[in-house]
Amino acid sequence: MIFSEIANFMIEVIKPGIFTTVQDLGRWGYQRYGIGTAGALDSFALTAGNLLLGNAEEAAGLEITFVGPLLKFHQTTLVAITGADLNPRLNGQPLPNWTVCSVSAGSMLSFGPRKSGVRAYLAVWGGIAVPPIMGSRSTYLLGHFGGLEGRPLKAGDLLPLHPCPSKGQELAGRSLPISLHPAYQRNPCLRVILGPFADYFSLEGQEAFLTSAYTITPQSDRMGYRLHGTPITRAINEELITCGLANGTIQVPPDGQPILLLADRQTIGGYPIIATVINADLPLAAQCAPGDKLRFQATTLREAQAAFQNLWGNLRRFLQSI
Amino acid sequence: MIFQPKILPAGDQAILIELGKEIKPEINQQVHYLSQLLEKRAPMGIKEIIPSYSSLLIYYDPAQISFSAVSDLVQNFLHENSPRPNNPPVIKEIPVVYGGEYGPDLEFVAQFHGLTVAEVIKIHTSQTYLVYVVGFSPGFAAMGTVPEIIQTPRLPTPRTKVPAGSVGIGGKQTGIYAVESPGGWRLIGRTPLTLFDLNNEPPAFFKAGDYARFFSIPAEDFFLYQEQKRNFF
Repeated sequence: MIFSEIANFMIEVIKPGIFTTVQDLGRWGYQRYGIGTAGALDSFALTAGNLLLGNAEEAAGLEITFVGPLLKFHQTTLVAITGADLNPRLNGQPLPNWTVCSVSAGSMLSFGPRKSGVRAYLAVWGGIAVPPIMGSRSTYLLGHFGGLEGRPLKAGDLLPLHPCPSKGQELAGRSLPISLHPAYQRNPCLRVILGPFADYFSLEGQEAFLTSAYTITPQSDRMGYRLHGTPITRAINEELITCGLANGTIQVPPDGQPILLLADRQTIGGYPIIATVINADLPLAAQCAPGDKLRFQATTLREAQAAFQNLWGNLRRFLQSI
Repeated sequence: MIFQPKILPAGDQAILIELGKEIKPEINQQVHYLSQLLEKRAPMGIKEIIPSYSSLLIYYDPAQISFSAVSDLVQNFLHENSPRPNNPPVIKEIPVVYGGEYGPDLEFVAQFHGLTVAEVIKIHTSQTYLVYVVGFSPGFAAMGTVPEIIQTPRLPTPRTKVPAGSVGIGGKQTGIYAVESPGGWRLIGRTPLTLFDLNNEPPAFFKAGDYARFFSIPAEDFFLYQEQKRNFF
């Protein structure tokens, strides 16, 4: 096949943005080999985009951080942009978020100054067709594989697409009502399940954690957010034996400043864990920037699981109903 | 002291099972035993298990199985008196070029303990190690227990780049870096084996619960082993 034919089913990356990666819902089943899950930080936003397009929930899209890329579509297709509002424009015209939009071959998708949130997701009809590795198309930066060569996009990259049938165009205009969006905000209060090692911390430390605000520092990325605020002091200085780390784990190193671990976290770690952010609230964390402040509120397992079922259940029910 | 196993929520979709508070082969073997049982007889909704030194993290889908159902299952397995799986231990033989550019900290380890380099190699290759855990970075295998006379504290400041295949000592443990990564263990040698390969399923050479035994090879054989690795196994 000659280049132009291949490129017919491609998105061409003219400018990569500051940090754009291919992500799906993550690579599961390999953490015991030290291979992290990776996956979209705001998995709700990516899934909403995929479901609006009628894609499988597992379809891969782009996770776009702060400053978006400039992309050229070599194929007529459909897209949905969700999550942060990074001011998307198609051939210069503003594009609504959370809405299926038709894109004709030759169109340029650009992003302007950030309006709100941090991570936008570009879902494309059929998903981005990079080859799956261990069942996932997510970019795994630490392992240098997945997505496009295991790295963020760079200028000149070509992202393979599936050809979009013309009847698919009927989906254009489908959108997700605001009532179903996560309650994104700059300084959210995230619900947590305390433990498994809350008893390693003093009562004052636990109280500080639940009553004061923690600022997201610039040393924050997809691995985790380093937070800064009232130090969380220890009750016992016994060392923890390294254990597996769930998504949303808040570990506290000896300096007392918590770290919120996200999709690119290590599989195991040895700092005591004061609490874990509930899965329903991880999308809120994903949309916060350095300088934003996080607060934490303890909740119960029952409430946490109900909140998760609500958020995702409402999304799936709405999309089945239209 | 008898440690009562603890079953604790790690957020709303994972459970931590703590079987002890020490790095010890007996506790770690219990972890692998429980992990095998869970895998063989796990009901729907158990998504993934991460075995570690003295604990397991179980990811579950609350829409399919509740916290208390997973917890009861684990309790039953722990109390069950069924015979342990009689799998013969998997012992993997690992060729290592000790010292020189392959093991830049070997001299330090020898001096630290008042031993010769040859003695350190002899001691390091003298026993079979249990792979406690695979993690920290893709395929990294942490094993123990290192004979006390060569146990060496980690570097005060970790190296930013440790080459793939490097064999190190970190306190009471020895281990192999499967991919290039930062690391703070004292590097005593390097194996020519490829320990992480995306074309293999699973891609990691070691899994937790395996055993390893090191043997010393001359530096000039490093590339020979690399070329022959396909025939070697």
